[in-house]
Amino acid sequence: MGELKTQEFIVNVGPHHPSTHGVCRLMLTLDGEKVVKIVPFIGYLHRAIEKICENRTYAQCIPLFDRFEYVTSMSCNYIFAAAAEKLAAIEVPERAEYLRVIMLELNRIASHLIFYGVTAMDIGALTPFLYGLRERELIIDLFEMTCGQRLTYNYIRVGGVSKDIPEQFIPDCRKAIKIIRRKLVDYEGLLNENPIWLKRNVGVGYLPADLAIAYGVSGPVLRASGVKYDLRKDDPYSIYDRFDFEVACRPNGDCYDRYLVRLDEIKQSLRIIEQALDGLPEGPIKAKVSPNFKPPAGEVYTRIENSRGEMGVYLQSDGGKKPLRVKARGGSYNQLQVLPYFGTGGLVADLVAIFASLDVIMPEVDR
Amino acid sequence: MIWPVAIGELHGVFSWLYSLLESTGLSQPWLDIIRYIVLGLVVFGVLCLIALFLVWWERKIAAHIQQRFGPMRHGWHGWYQTIADALKLLQKEDILVDTRDKVVFFWAPVICFVAAFLAYICIPFGDKLIVADLNIGILYIIAITTFTVISLLMAGWGSNNKYALLGGMRSAAQIVSYEVPMVASILVVVVFVGSLSMVDIVEAQSGWFTNWFIFRVPFGPIAFVTYIIAATAEANRTPFDIPEAEQELVAGYNIEYSGMKFSMFFLAEFANGFTVSAIAVTLFLGGWHGPFLPSWVWFMGKTLAVVFLLMLFRWTYPRLRVDQLMEFAWKFLVPVTFANLILGAWMKYAGWYW
Repeated sequence: MGELKTQEFIVNVGPHHPSTHGVCRLMLTLDGEKVVKIVPFIGYLHRAIEKICENRTYAQCIPLFDRFEYVTSMSCNYIFAAAAEKLAAIEVPERAEYLRVIMLELNRIASHLIFYGVTAMDIGALTPFLYGLRERELIIDLFEMTCGQRLTYNYIRVGGVSKDIPEQFIPDCRKAIKIIRRKLVDYEGLLNENPIWLKRNVGVGYLPADLAIAYGVSGPVLRASGVKYDLRKDDPYSIYDRFDFEVACRPNGDCYDRYLVRLDEIKQSLRIIEQALDGLPEGPIKAKVSPNFKPPAGEVYTRIENSRGEMGVYLQSDGGKKPLRVKARGGSYNQLQVLPYFGTGGLVADLVAIFASLDVIMPEVDR
Repeated sequence: MIWPVAIGELHGVFSWLYSLLESTGLSQPWLDIIRYIVLGLVVFGVLCLIALFLVWWERKIAAHIQQRFGPMRHGWHGWYQTIADALKLLQKEDILVDTRDKVVFFWAPVICFVAAFLAYICIPFGDKLIVADLNIGILYIIAITTFTVISLLMAGWGSNNKYALLGGMRSAAQIVSYEVPMVASILVVVVFVGSLSMVDIVEAQSGWFTNWFIFRVPFGPIAFVTYIIAATAEANRTPFDIPEAEQELVAGYNIEYSGMKFSMFFLAEFANGFTVSAIAVTLFLGGWHGPFLPSWVWFMGKTLAVVFLLMLFRWTYPRLRVDQLMEFAWKFLVPVTFANLILGAWMKYAGWYW
C-alpha cells in the first residue's frame, strides 16, 4: 500500500461569491480547510471615475463621486465638494454645514446598519440582515424626502447643499433616532452575548495595531485595534469640533471588537445628529457659486472620516473649469491590502468572518 | 365489508381497502405485491406533501421572524407557491458539468432521496398507521438515514468541484460525529422500554402525558435535549449547516446540481427534518397518544411543533465553525450522552423509576 499524501489546493473565492461583498476575488491556498495563503485580486469594478472627472466640470464630478462608494454616497459628495471649496476658497453657509453633518452622520449609521446585517449573515445568522435593513429604511426615507434619491444622493454640492430639508424632516429624524436607539438594544441582545457568535468572533482575526498602521488601515478597523484615531476629533473638518461625542475604541483587535466598535459608533452618531438638530440655524443653504467656476491653479488634499476609514480626495487645478487631476482614496483599499498578512492560519469560515468584519466595499477599492 | 372503526382513524380506511382487495379473490403473492405497491405510493405521496408543506411553512416562519410576509401571491398566504416551485424545477434544464463523474453524479440525489423515503416506512403516523412494524424499527431508521452521508459524499466527489468536495467531506465528518450522541440519546429510551420496535415504544407511553418518556425515563429531559441538538446536526440545519454553508461554500455539495436533481436534495433535506422530529415525538413525546382527536392528528401536531423548534433555531442562530462543531460533538455531547445512558441503565436495573 502506497503512502497517503495530502496536498494543498487552490480555491477561487469570487468574483461572484456570497461573502465577497461585491466583485472581489480572493485566491486561497487551502490545506484541508486551513487557509495557508490569500491573494486578493482587484479591478473587477474599475470604472475610471478619477479619469472621467478630468473631463468634467467640478459640479459635474459630484454625481460621479456618488458611485465612488455607494453605501455612503453622502461622504463621497462631501469629500469632493469640500476639496473643490478648499481649492476655490468658497465660504459655506452655516446652515449648510449643519445639514451636511446631519446627512453624513445619518449615512454613517445607515452604513453601519448594513455592516451589522451583512456580518451576521456571513456568520450564518440570516435574520439580523433584515433587521439592519429595516432600520436603514428609516434613514433612506429621510434622504428620499430631502433629495429624492435613495442611494446616490448628489445632495452635497460645491458651496452648500442642493435643497433645504422639508418641514417633516426634523420630527421624522427625531423619531428615527428614537427608534434606532431602541432597536440597538434588540440588536445587542440578539448577538452580543450569543455563545455561537462569541465563538465565531472573539479572538478571530487579530490585527495588531502596528501592522494596521503600517498598512494605512484607518476607521473602525484601526480603532478596534486600540488606536484612538478619528479624523472628526484629530483633524476636525466641517463643524465637527462643535459637537460633543466620544471616539469608539476597543483594545483587542479581533472580529468581535470590530463589530462592537461599529455599534458604539452608531450611538455616537445619534448623539451628533441630535446636537446638530438642536443647533440648526436659519439662513441660506448654498453659497453663490457659478456652475463653471474656475479655481486658481494649485492642489489640495482633503480627508474625512468615513464609515470605512479615511476617505480623501486630491485635486489639482490648472486654473481651468475642469480639474487637472483627481485622486481618491478609500479606507477599503488598505483594509483589503492588509488582509493577506493577518487573515491566514484560520479556517475558511474564519476568513469569511474576518472579511466581513473589515467591511470592505469593492467600488471604493477599484474606483 | 368492514367500515372504518373509529371516526377519523385512518387505519380503518386501509383495512377496508385490503378487505376489498381480498374479496377479488387474488392469490397470495399478487395480493402482497399489490398491497406493498399501494402502500409505497401512499408513503411517497405523504412524503412529498410533507416536504412541500414544510418548504412553504419554513418560508412563512422565516418571513415572519424577519418582519416580512413571505410568499403571498399564490392562493391564501401563498399556499401553492411551493407546488409551483416544484413544477418549475421539474421543467428546468438539467445542467451537467463535463468533468463530472457520470455514474456517481447521477446516483447521488437518487440515493439521498431514497434514503429519506425509506425511513418513513417505520414511522408510526398514528394508531396502527405504520407500513411495517419492524422489530428493529429505530435501528432501521438510523441505519437508513445515515445513507444520506454516502449520497452527500458522492455528490461532492461526483461534481468534481472544490466547493462541493469540501461540502461533502464536511457533511461526512459531521453526520458521522453526531450519529454517536444521537444514538446514545435514543438508547436511553430503548434500554427503558426493552424493545427497538417503534410501535412498542409508543405503546409504552399510553395514558396521561406524564407517561411520556421525556418525563418518565431517568434524565429524560437531558436525553431529549441532546437528541434535539444531535438531530439538528443530523438534518444539516443551522447552527450546524456547515455542509452547505452558503457564505463559505456557496452551496456546498449541491453546487453543481440543477433542476430536478437539486430538488431531490432539497426535498430530502426537508423530509429528513421531518423524520428526526418524528423520531423525537415517538421516543420522547408520546408518539400518537393524546385525547379526543384522532391519533394521526396528534402525531402530526407534535411533530410539526418539533419542526417549528428546529426552524426557530435556524432563523435565530449564527453558524458554528467546523472545528467547533466537532469539538462540541466529541468533547461535550458524547460524554454527556454516555454518562446519561449509563446512569439511565443503572436506574432501570435498580428500579428507580415510575
